[in-house]
Amino acid sequence: MKYFDYASTTPVSEEVLKTYDEVLRKYYVNSESIYPDGLEIDKLINKSRQQMADLLAVKDSQIIFTSGGSEANNLAIKGVAFKNQNKGKHIIVSSIEHSSILNSCKWLQEYAGFDVTYLPVNQDGKVVVEELKKAIRNDTILVSVMYVNNETGAIQPIEEIKKIVKNYHNCYFHSDCVQALGKMEIDLSDIDLATFSAHKIYGLKGSGILVKRNHVQIAPVISGGQQESGLRGGTLNSPACILFGKTMRLAFQQQNHNTEVVKEYNEYLRNELEKMDHIVINSPSDASPYVLNFSCLTIPSEVMMNALSLKGYCVSALSTCDSKQKVSHVIAQMYSDINRLRGTIRLSFSHLMSWDDIKGFVIDLQEVLDKYG
Amino acid sequence: MAKIEYEFILIRFGELSTKGKNKKDFIKQLALNIQRALQKYENLKYERTRDHIYIHLNGTDPKEISPVLEKIFGIRAFAPTIKVENDLEAIVEASKQLMMDKGGTFKVITKRANKQFPHHSDEINRAVASAILKNNENMKVDVHNPDYPVVVEIREQATYIMCETILGAGGYPVGVGEKALLMLSGGIDSPVAGYLTMKRGVEIECIHYASMPYTSQEALNKVKELARIISSYQGRIKLHVVPFTELQLAIYRNCDEEYAITIMRRMMYRIANEIANRNRCLAIVNGESIGQVASQTLNSIGVINAVSDLPVIRPVVTYDKLEIIDLAEKIKTYETSILPYEDCCTIFTPKNPVTKPHILKVEKQESFFDWKPLLQQAVDNTEVEIIYPNSNNEEDYL
Repeated sequence: MKYFDYASTTPVSEEVLKTYDEVLRKYYVNSESIYPDGLEIDKLINKSRQQMADLLAVKDSQIIFTSGGSEANNLAIKGVAFKNQNKGKHIIVSSIEHSSILNSCKWLQEYAGFDVTYLPVNQDGKVVVEELKKAIRNDTILVSVMYVNNETGAIQPIEEIKKIVKNYHNCYFHSDCVQALGKMEIDLSDIDLATFSAHKIYGLKGSGILVKRNHVQIAPVISGGQQESGLRGGTLNSPACILFGKTMRLAFQQQNHNTEVVKEYNEYLRNELEKMDHIVINSPSDASPYVLNFSCLTIPSEVMMNALSLKGYCVSALSTCDSKQKVSHVIAQMYSDINRLRGTIRLSFSHLMSWDDIKGFVIDLQEVLDKYG
Repeated sequence: MAKIEYEFILIRFGELSTKGKNKKDFIKQLALNIQRALQKYENLKYERTRDHIYIHLNGTDPKEISPVLEKIFGIRAFAPTIKVENDLEAIVEASKQLMMDKGGTFKVITKRANKQFPHHSDEINRAVASAILKNNENMKVDVHNPDYPVVVEIREQATYIMCETILGAGGYPVGVGEKALLMLSGGIDSPVAGYLTMKRGVEIECIHYASMPYTSQEALNKVKELARIISSYQGRIKLHVVPFTELQLAIYRNCDEEYAITIMRRMMYRIANEIANRNRCLAIVNGESIGQVASQTLNSIGVINAVSDLPVIRPVVTYDKLEIIDLAEKIKTYETSILPYEDCCTIFTPKNPVTKPHILKVEKQESFFDWKPLLQQAVDNTEVEIIYPNSNNEEDYL
């Protein structure tokens, strides 16, 4: 298997796995229990919380454990919306957000009468800041724009957005940082809420956090006990919570080295792919090096994926290519050429890959193009 | 008293009781099919007589193997049976236990084959019935149409008691009628065609044409799943997967678009004939139904059939789609068949396929290209897999 889909998920690192095994066996009692073992686990969870807070330059009390990125996004969007609807019912998000953001917004529109503005992006896949300026109003209570787009790697103009939102004191700014964590510097200053996930950085699936600044008021989405200050009910998945601290520390330590490696892979592939007939690159040139999105104008995504899959490659694109020709909502924002939209493929990289994988891919892709293009 | 344990399952034959001299072969084949299907139950022992097959349970729960038996062709009915000593008190006690957790109507039928037994049939009926009635207030007697006919068979060595007769699938045991090759497409019709063929005692192998990368691994997995579902009627099934892409591309490049489907079907039949011959299959089976699509008009069927030396059997040829769907639901292939993986890329589907192809025109179209090497290549590169009813790898994790 030649894995080119690290933006989708990553293998668990050996160090995390080893500690997980130990923690899972040793610390099975409920972290809310007040006998010594329970207190011990609670302590470990809070150490993990503190470690993450230090790495992200926030306070430990600002970290809420969730079951992953999607839940954290739901909590941010719905939590802010319900708690602050007395101040306004308008929300602004980019049109290229992850489905957990977009569908949370649709949910609010459909079931709770919220007004949502979806910001367009330019051909580089970046939010058009001017459009935000036009859309934001006094009754806007939340702006949510991701740090890095998951399909194209386009880095969003977060600093400019911060400046605009800052002028509206009823409005919070949330950023989904899942594809940025461990891959680039993240500056959380002036960001009110931020989402992170462990399994994209060699950690455990089902493990995420929402960073929520102290001044931000949210309502819980999962009602339950006293866990996480009453904002997220349910017995904590303590081994996962404990391990996210280690996962994040390792990611930060290796960030510069990994990014250097991945950058070279990305540049090489971008160069080679640009030389090929009928291939166009969709990722902007200043995108995160961890993602490279391209289209083959002569072969639809699904056929390309099948052909690459037969050669042992795991890549990502659209899961369905039915008669209605569903296309990527992200690429569709950037381009209108139907063949470009039908033929998108996303490659995403890791330091775990080798030059053999990368160079082999170019040869195999050319073969597929010659045969089916 | 300990909980009643069933001793064996009594199996009654279907249509084969009319088969005269061949009967022995039929029973042998049926016994083999049963043993194959129940392979994983190691405690079972089998006994064959002229009129019945007995599966001695040795502790195996009959509820576990009933669903398997229900699918084996050649079985008219079967009944889990308990064995007690020839003693009235023992018979009464066992019957009582047997009916303890049941509810509804019953009737006791005693067969006193052992005339030495000191009680008359009528006496036994009364004793057993009153014990059941006294012990379980949910039971009532109905001598005409009972839910549970409690059969007490008194023989030389022991007495056998059964209270439930489960209907089998009928038909002939698969394997007595030689072998045929089923064209398994992944749609609704072909698994039904396979089922109906097996029901007549014909063993089937399956052939599937894969056009990777234009069709996906998911589409192929779906075909394997269909093969797995119908394999339970014969214990296992051989699936031939033909790599068809090269031929399809050649048709696409060398023939008129409107004739592409007709020629494609002819290529499929040619390959099926070759694979059938190599595997001693005596006929080709498929799910064609008159008029359903352009290639299934009588005209098309004729032109396509012309390349087949082997007889082509079309069990659902006159069925309405709804009739086929009913059967597909019954054999539980429908839900899998309607999964949307097939043909999701439409580049090979012409907009206006010809419904009345002319044989001369088709032959002329085919004459522009030398198909033999590609046909040979497809046959040679065909991959074979044996599929079993329980061949889900995921089981290890569950």
